[in-house]
Amino acid sequence: MKRIILSLMLIATLGNLFAQSIVLNTKVSEMSFYSLPYAYEALEPTIDKLTVEIHYSKHHKAYFDNFLKASTGTDITSKSLLEVFANMTKYSDAIRNNAGGYYNHVIYWEILKPGNKSNISVELKNAIEKDFGSMDELKKQITDAAMKRFGSGWAWLSINADGKLFISSTPNQDNPLMDLSSQKGFPILGVDVWEHAYYLKYQNRRAEYVNIFWDAINWAVVSEYYSKSRTN
Amino acid sequence: MIHELPKLPYATDALKDVISSQTFDFHYGKHHQAYVNNLNNLIVGTPFENATLETIIKESEGGIFNNGAQVWNHTFYFESFSPNPKSVPSGRLLRLIELDYGSLSEFKEKFNKAALTLFGSGWAWLSLNNQGHLEISQESNAGNPLRKGLKPLLTCDVWEHAYYLDYQNRRADYLQKFWEILDWKVVEERLG
Repeated sequence: MKRIILSLMLIATLGNLFAQSIVLNTKVSEMSFYSLPYAYEALEPTIDKLTVEIHYSKHHKAYFDNFLKASTGTDITSKSLLEVFANMTKYSDAIRNNAGGYYNHVIYWEILKPGNKSNISVELKNAIEKDFGSMDELKKQITDAAMKRFGSGWAWLSINADGKLFISSTPNQDNPLMDLSSQKGFPILGVDVWEHAYYLKYQNRRAEYVNIFWDAINWAVVSEYYSKSRTN
Repeated sequence: MIHELPKLPYATDALKDVISSQTFDFHYGKHHQAYVNNLNNLIVGTPFENATLETIIKESEGGIFNNGAQVWNHTFYFESFSPNPKSVPSGRLLRLIELDYGSLSEFKEKFNKAALTLFGSGWAWLSLNNQGHLEISQESNAGNPLRKGLKPLLTCDVWEHAYYLDYQNRRADYLQKFWEILDWKVVEERLG
């Protein structure tokens, strides 16, 4: 029984590492569109079925398609997204917007994965307490970053080169992996505050969405991202 | 100066074939109102406490600019609609459109392209420049051409909140329908 549970945990771990690693490290010419690992209604009632359907199958898909279109015939096809982000300033706005849009949404869907969401690792819990004082303080600061973002964008929890956690916010589809970001790091949690992420259900009530989003975060996935970013 | 939410020149269900009353309830009743409230709170004790919206747009930064410009932009946007619009421009405006864009349909195509390709939240604008020519521009977030010395004539809101309840991701559909309620008489009057 123990062995089965251990194997299941390993598979779950690999699954989490998989989506993020594949998307970041695959050569662009070999990329295929991220497959949502749950049904559109799986995030009800936090995020309604129609929002997930349009967000994933229209917005997310359009970023992917437009990224490939903008990459065609350029040196980008032989690079990975990680390399593209690290050299973002060299590329066009079409690449920046769509590469960012594609990757950011992968993180978003992954950290909302249904399952045993409260399973935060000891190392991440300790790091949060060390860098923010408490989980409540982390929540307060992410909520603040998400609320202060004027227009479209994201609030992030990332780990920097010194291994320290930090919160930042980026406009539109930028992210902390991009060389042009003022605060650079490896994002392990992202809150999408484009209106398309919440408007059908929450309309102008962004605060309500951010608050409920917090309760829907799968901390097992965030913990895996944390652990992986530290070993890298 | 206390800024106030201007009254709409039509009922919130008067344009429902293009923009639903539900969208008006949120866009005008919540977003526009929130920009007014935020602005009134932010200007207290600042050099902009008694400033006009135009001065705020030209001279302020940060939260005061964002909220002040959004008050002005939304008023300008809502006031250009009518349930009985003048459907084509005439006179000086039409002559300028033909001079600068060839035809009304070519102008609409260029304006829609600007509105469609603006990435993220923002506005598409038609303005008159200092040389007496028309100019189409894109502005992110609360951006406004007054800041660049242009005279705004027409705008289209492409923040997702402007169309998401009615059109979701289909911004192009919203932009097609936009022209059905645009009152060219208002644009002509702005040109003067």
